[in-house]
Amino acid sequence: MARFLVRRILQGVLVMWLVTIAAFGLFFIDPNGPDDIARRIGGKAATPQLLHRIIENYGLRQPLYKQYWHFLYGTPHRAGLLRGGLGTDYYFQIPVTHILRDAAPITFSLALGASILWLLIGLASGILSAVRPRSFLDRFFTTIALFFYSMPTFVLGLLLLLVFYFEFTTKLHLAWFPAAGYVDFTKNPLQWAHHLILPWITLAVVSAAAYTRLARSSMLDVLGEDYIRTARAKGLSERRVVLRHGLRAALTPIVTQFGIDVAVLIGGAVVTEQVFSLQGLGYNAVQAIQNQDLPVILGIVIVASLAVVVANIVVDIIYAVLDPRVRLT
Amino acid sequence: MSARHAATPDEPAAAPEPQGGSASPAKSGDVLLRVTDVVKHFPVRSSSLFRRAVGAVHAVDGVSLEVRSGETLGLVGETGCGKSTLARCITRLYDLTSGTVEFDGADVSKLSASKMRPFRRDMQMIFQDPYGSLNPRRRVGSIIGDPFAIHRIADGQERKRRVQEAMELVGLNPEHYNRFPAEFSGGQRQRIGIARALALRPKLVICDEPVSALDVSIQAQVINLLSDLQRELNLTYIFIAHDLSVVRHVSDRVAVMYLGKVAEIGTGEDIYETARHPYTNALLSAVPVPDPRQMAQRSRIVLAGDVPSPLNPPSGCRFHPRCPKARDLCVTDDPELVPRLGDTEVHSAACHFPVEVGEDISLSTPQISEAERVIEEGLIGNA
Amino acid sequence: MTIGNVGGAAELDLVSGLPPVEEAPEAAKVIQGRGPWRLAFERLRRDRASVISAVVILLIIICAAAAPVFATITGHGVNQQFRLIGEQSNGFPTGPFGKFPLGADDQGRDVLVRLAYGARVSLLVGVVTSALTVAIGAVMGLMAGYLGRTVDSIIGRIIDVTLSIPFLLFAVALASVEGGGSVTLVVIVLALFGWSSVARIVRGQVLSIKEREYIEAARSLGAGSWRIMFIDIFPNVIAQVIVYASLLIPLSIVSEATLSYLGVGVQPPTADWGAMISAAQQGGLYQVAWWYLVFPSLALLITTLAFNIFGDGVRDAFDPRADRLFV
Repeated sequence: MARFLVRRILQGVLVMWLVTIAAFGLFFIDPNGPDDIARRIGGKAATPQLLHRIIENYGLRQPLYKQYWHFLYGTPHRAGLLRGGLGTDYYFQIPVTHILRDAAPITFSLALGASILWLLIGLASGILSAVRPRSFLDRFFTTIALFFYSMPTFVLGLLLLLVFYFEFTTKLHLAWFPAAGYVDFTKNPLQWAHHLILPWITLAVVSAAAYTRLARSSMLDVLGEDYIRTARAKGLSERRVVLRHGLRAALTPIVTQFGIDVAVLIGGAVVTEQVFSLQGLGYNAVQAIQNQDLPVILGIVIVASLAVVVANIVVDIIYAVLDPRVRLT
Repeated sequence: MSARHAATPDEPAAAPEPQGGSASPAKSGDVLLRVTDVVKHFPVRSSSLFRRAVGAVHAVDGVSLEVRSGETLGLVGETGCGKSTLARCITRLYDLTSGTVEFDGADVSKLSASKMRPFRRDMQMIFQDPYGSLNPRRRVGSIIGDPFAIHRIADGQERKRRVQEAMELVGLNPEHYNRFPAEFSGGQRQRIGIARALALRPKLVICDEPVSALDVSIQAQVINLLSDLQRELNLTYIFIAHDLSVVRHVSDRVAVMYLGKVAEIGTGEDIYETARHPYTNALLSAVPVPDPRQMAQRSRIVLAGDVPSPLNPPSGCRFHPRCPKARDLCVTDDPELVPRLGDTEVHSAACHFPVEVGEDISLSTPQISEAERVIEEGLIGNA
Repeated sequence: MTIGNVGGAAELDLVSGLPPVEEAPEAAKVIQGRGPWRLAFERLRRDRASVISAVVILLIIICAAAAPVFATITGHGVNQQFRLIGEQSNGFPTGPFGKFPLGADDQGRDVLVRLAYGARVSLLVGVVTSALTVAIGAVMGLMAGYLGRTVDSIIGRIIDVTLSIPFLLFAVALASVEGGGSVTLVVIVLALFGWSSVARIVRGQVLSIKEREYIEAARSLGAGSWRIMFIDIFPNVIAQVIVYASLLIPLSIVSEATLSYLGVGVQPPTADWGAMISAAQQGGLYQVAWWYLVFPSLALLITTLAFNIFGDGVRDAFDPRADRLFV
C-alpha cells in the first residue's frame, strides 16, 4: 500500500510539473516580447511604472529557463509556486492567495455536494433500471437520462432559476429557493445547504445522466455473472444479491469514470457558479478575464489542477479498496 | 530445378531480384538457412516503478539447425517448447537474444527493419490460425495484394492480375477477389494465407502449424496443396507441428524440440524407426496407429509430471525430471546434440543414455541419487 | 459532461453473423460481399429513433443554411436593431408571436433570425471539432498503442495532463491570453482537450489488435510501422472512432455554447446560442422576457438531443450486441 501510494504521488507530482510547464508556456511565452506579458500580469489599469516593476520582478527580460525557475521558485522579491506564492492581483492590489482563500470553500462546497448527489442519483436510477431491464421504470429513467445528458449545464441552471426562483416567488409567492448568495457552512449549515440546493441539482443532474447509463450497463454485466447466479441459487434475498454481491463489482467502472470526471466536475462548477453568481474559483476566473488579470487566472488554473490530481489519487485508493484484484504494489 | 518457370509461363523472364538477396537462385541441396546457437529470452519485469528485469522466459535456448534448399524440415514439440518462437526468430519477427541466422548466405540476425525488408520477399510464413491471420476488415484481394504493395512490385490492374493468379494457384476462385475473409470457410481462409505467402514466390516458407486449426477432413487437402506447391515452385519448407503424425507425411528431416532446445534431429526414417531420445520415443508412443490390435500391444510411455517452467529450466538435461532413464549425470551435465550409438552424421540426439533399438523404456525407472534429487527439487521449488 | 464507455465490446466483428460461404459452386454468380458499412447503414435505416433524429438534424441544417431566407421573410437582418418596434413602451423587449415570431432581444433584434444564424456556428463547431478531435485522438492512440515504449509513455503523460487541467478553466485562461475567441480558437481549444479520450479508447483497442496474427503476418511481409498502423489496424478501430465522433458532435456543441455563455467563445455581435442565453441572464432580463431565454435554450436542447439519439443509433448499428446508450 505504501509503495502504491508513493508511486501514485510521484506520478501526481510529474503531472503537476507538466501542468506548470503548460501554464508557463501559455502565459510567459509571447512573440510580442516582455511588454505584452507585463501588461497581462498588470491588469487593465496598469501604469507604465507598474509594468516596469513587473518586468523587473518577474525577470521577464531574462532567458526562458531562468524565468521558469523564477516562476517555480520565485525571486528575492516574490515567492514562486513551490513556496506557495501565486503573485499579486495588481488590479485589486491584493495577493492572489487571498482571493483563492475566499473562493475555494465555495467551489469545494458546490463540488462536494453535487458529486454526492450526482453519484446517488446515477447509481440509484442505474441499479433500478438494471434490476428490471426493459421495464417501464427502466425506459423512464433512460429517457430522463437522455434528456438531461443532452442538457447544457447553464441552460438547466437558468431554467431552474426561472421556474423555482422567479416564477415561484413572484407569481406564487412561495419563496422556497433563494436566488443567489452563499452562506458559510460554519455560520449556518442549514442556510448553507438551502442556498446551494439549486446549484447542486444543476451540477449533479446533468452529469448523473451519464452515470445512470454506466451504472445500468455495468450492473447488467455483473448480474449476468455466474457468482450472482450462485448467490441466488443458495437462496439469498434479491436485495442482498443486488446490493451485497452485485453492487461492489458494478462500482469499479463507475469509480474509474468518476476519477476521470473530477476535472469535468470543476469545469461544471465554473458554469454553475456563473449561473448562480456564487463567487467561487470559476466565477473569479471569469471576472479576471474582464479585468485582464492574469495572475488570478494562472493561480486558479494551477490550484484547480492540483485539486484534480489529488482527487484522482484519492479515487485510485478507493478503487483499490473496492476491487481486491487491483494489486497495490 | 526449373519448376519455378514452368509453373508461371507468363511471368516476365527477368524478374527483378531483391537487392539484398543473392543473385544466384539457390540450387537444390545448398544450405539455404543456417541457424547457429539462437537464444531468445523474454525478460519478465517486476511491476515496480523501475520495472527491473527479475527473470527471463527461456523460450529458445541455443538452437542450431540447417535447412537445405528444396527440403522440408519438420519441427515438432509440445506447446510451449519454443518452436514457434524459433520460427519468429528466423523471420526476425523477434530480435534474437544471441546467436545468428544466415539466410541465403547473408547474416540477417542483426539487420534493421528496413535492411531486413528485401530478405522478407524470400522468406514467408504461413500462420496457424486461419481466422486470426487474416485482417477481418480488409478484402481478400487487398490482403493477398499486400506483398506486392509492400515491396512495390505491382499496382493497379497489374497487381489485381497477379493476385488473381495467386488465388488460382491455391485453388481459390479469383472472382472472390472482393470478398471479406469472414465469407470463407476455414480451409479456404488457410488457402488465402498460403496465396499471400507464396505471392512473391519465396525461397523459404515457414509453416507454423498450418493445419492444426482445421477440420481433419480439410487438413489433408491443405497438406496436399502445400506438397504440390513445393514441387511446382521448388519451395523449401520448415513445417512446424505439435504431433509427429502430420510431420511424418511431409518432412524429409525432422527436429524434435523440448523446452527451447533440440532433443533429436534426423531423417524421417531415423526419427520414426530408430529414435534415440527418450522424449522422441514418448512422443512416438502417443501417435495413434490405425490398427487397434497393434495399438493395444504397443507399450505407451507415460511421462511423469508436466513440462517444467521455461522461466527456470531444469539443470543438466532439461528432460531429466520426466525421463524414465534419468541418471545422476543427467542432472548435472547437459548432453550435446551429436550422433549416438554409431548413427550417421545426419542423425543426432541430445541424450547421455540413448535408447537402443528394441529397448522398451516404459519399463525403466529413473535412478537419481538422494544428493542430486535435492538440487533438482530446489530448482523446481523456485520456478 | 462525459461520453460513457464508448469502448464497449473489445472488438466489433460485424460480418461474423454471416455464415461462411462453403466451398463455392462454380456458378458464375457474382456475390458482392456486403461490407460492414453497408450492414451498419441498413441497420441504421431500420431504426425509427435514428431516422427521426436524422430528420430533425436535417431540418436544423436546412434552417442554418436558409438563415438569410428567415431574414428576408421577416425583413429583419441578423444584427439589425429595431428600437421602435422591438421595445415595448416600458422599455422591455417585444414578446413573441407578433411582428417578431419568437420575440425580440434586449437590443431589438429578431430572436428567430438570430437563432437561425446561431445554428450555423453550432453546427460548424460541432462537426469540425469532432472531426478534428477524433483525427488527433486516433493518430495519437494508434501511435501510443502500436509503437509503445517511449512514445506510449510520452503520450500517456500528455493525456494525464489534459485530463488534469479543468478544461473550461483552461479555455477561459487561453481566451484571456489570446484576447477573446474566434470560431477557430474555440475549435482548437475543444479539440486540444477532447482528443485524449479518443486516444485512450483507440490505444486500448490497438493494444489488443496488435497481438493478432494478421499484424504478425503484415510484419513478416515487411510492412513498416506506419503501414501497419493505418492500413492494418486503423480499419479495425474506425467503427468505434465514428461512433465516438457522432457522440462528440453534441458534446462539442454544448461546449461551444458554454464557452460563449462564459464570454470567452464566439464574440458579439455574431449570433450564437450560448451568447444569446448569456445576454438573457444579464440583469435578470429573462424575468421579463422569458422567450429570450427559453427559445435559444430549446434550440440548443433539441439539437443536442437529436445528435445524441442519432449517435446512439450509429453505435447500435455498428455493434448490435452492445448495450444501447438510450432506449
